[in-house]
Amino acid sequence: MADNIRLMQGNEAVAEGAMIGGLRFFGGYPITPSTEIAEILARRLPKVGGKFIQMEDEIASVGAIIGASLAGSKSMTATSGPGFSLMVEGIGYAYMAEVPTVIVNVQRGGPSTGLPTKVSQSDTMQARWGTHGDYIAIALAPQSVRETLDLTVRAMNLAEVYRTPVTLLTDEVLGHMREKVTIPEEGEIEVINRQKPDVPASWYKHFEITPNFKSPMASFGDGYRFHVTGLTHDEEGFPTNKSVEILAKLTKLRNKIMRYLDDICQIETDGMEDAHVAVYAYGIVARAARQAVQMARARRMKVGQIRPITIWPSHDKKYKEIFSSKNLEAVIVAELNQGQLVYEVQRLVPKHVEVISLNRFDSELITPAQILNKIKEVR
Amino acid sequence: MAQRSDITHKYLRAKKKFPNVWCAGCGIGIVMGSLIRAIDKLELDRDNVTLVSGIGCSSRLPVYLDFNTLHTTHGRALAFATGVKLANPKMHVIVITGDGDALAIGGNHFIHSCRRNMDITCILINNQIYGMTGGQFSPTTPTESHASTAPYGNKEYPFDIPKLAMGAGASYVARGTVYHVTQLDQLIHDGIKKRGFSLIEAYSNCHTYFGRLNRLGDSVKMLEEMKKNALPLKAAEKMPPEKVQGKLLTGVFCDVEREEYCDRYDALIQSLQGK
Repeated sequence: MADNIRLMQGNEAVAEGAMIGGLRFFGGYPITPSTEIAEILARRLPKVGGKFIQMEDEIASVGAIIGASLAGSKSMTATSGPGFSLMVEGIGYAYMAEVPTVIVNVQRGGPSTGLPTKVSQSDTMQARWGTHGDYIAIALAPQSVRETLDLTVRAMNLAEVYRTPVTLLTDEVLGHMREKVTIPEEGEIEVINRQKPDVPASWYKHFEITPNFKSPMASFGDGYRFHVTGLTHDEEGFPTNKSVEILAKLTKLRNKIMRYLDDICQIETDGMEDAHVAVYAYGIVARAARQAVQMARARRMKVGQIRPITIWPSHDKKYKEIFSSKNLEAVIVAELNQGQLVYEVQRLVPKHVEVISLNRFDSELITPAQILNKIKEVR
Repeated sequence: MAQRSDITHKYLRAKKKFPNVWCAGCGIGIVMGSLIRAIDKLELDRDNVTLVSGIGCSSRLPVYLDFNTLHTTHGRALAFATGVKLANPKMHVIVITGDGDALAIGGNHFIHSCRRNMDITCILINNQIYGMTGGQFSPTTPTESHASTAPYGNKEYPFDIPKLAMGAGASYVARGTVYHVTQLDQLIHDGIKKRGFSLIEAYSNCHTYFGRLNRLGDSVKMLEEMKKNALPLKAAEKMPPEKVQGKLLTGVFCDVEREEYCDRYDALIQSLQGK
């Protein structure tokens, strides 16, 4: 047996992906069910000259990774719902100050302290709207352990390319279940590093608004001596109250992501060409959906599957195309919450397509049989 | 004095950022001058200096200075600074914060930063009130003093900042005032030079709110009061306790050697890498 094949947990896969992606700084606070990520990185990072620090809380954790990222290190934290609630302040800051950061949320049941050891997808909307103010969030959601590894690297790449916080949205089951994973060879997964400025310091603008909305990023210590603030700022980073500059800044923050939806958004579809019914589900639920769709197809029912891999932002145009599939009559939205992504689907389907919610929030997974039953009800 | 301003002007983002936000007579500008002179005397490479601040009047200080400057969220300056320092231990990281920022909303980060003993210099400008939001009481507002949210007098007890920092494990703890500028220059200088976590309380005046609400007069009057009330720690040690009561003790409260966090972490890396 090749020694690059391992039986691995989803949380281990986050750590593995982080190391492949070039992580050099992790700041975190212990919380179930994410803790293994911190434990593994505490061991591995110093071996490669990276830094691990356990902070006093999640607010400090996200602050530390923002600071480390500004000092030039690829940075990450990992948490679960209650910790994510504390982190949204820092996530808003990272968005405004355009600091590449990755936040892993291994979702557990809520609200409040909720169910620390049980699965949930109830932070789906929080990953979109968690922090105050208008913003565009990027969130990725894997369905398997290997995909957890891949999307961890991708989350880091997107953070660096778009200079923004990126959330990796997994859950308690994905985090703790073990699957066979072939560890990718070096160079097998693309790793992207941030673009550095090549202009003299006097020309450099840390928040320059360029035609493609991407601006090179110097680190503290590179000799550029720039200012960073969460206050609305001009291209040099200095606070502004001028409406022209405010509009330019906030528009840039929006455009730098919304103009690149084709790059950022991954949506997987299967059997949608002739589908009368589609099952729309992400993450661990997509696994049950896949099996349910296969069972339905074995019964000659025309059922397709839609799996958002990039949960946020929504690629509205692409979804509208998918939902316009000519035979489509109904979309079943299966989620481990009381109905969150269903609103996104409702917003994007043609009028004649029925949207049906299938929710479970008793801490157990949605089963393929449950989804199949729903499919049968529609038919 | 002329020489002093020359030094100051070398470090200001003079063309871009002035006039500043502070009220005329505010003590924060004096602290800024002390900080500049301390950095200049230490001949630090300004590319390797990062000033980190939170939210409030004092936290506006970094934007005026030509270093790497990071204005963070309320109370979190030390958390951000921890990330900057650990990611780049060669960086001189100096945190500028206020009494509300560091001790109320940032209290947790404050004590843990003292405990962790990373080589960060924290300059805590204590004006005993929230100035920017209009004069609410802070964790250092004296008991029964008035504030906009303590219209009948403050019912809480204030923090003794040096005691708090020492109890939490800071390596260097000092207090100066914006009246005693030469001393403040020296304390900040020594705090930056110290390898480990340093806390310098810079006792300052907010005549606009604290002074007005407590009828303490204008900036000059408050500075004169500071002059009268300050008592060097060394002198206080030789005096009977009743004469020390109510005085503002200044000087170095603690200066101990403890191995610094980044050094310890670096040693760990070296040993793991077999160097």
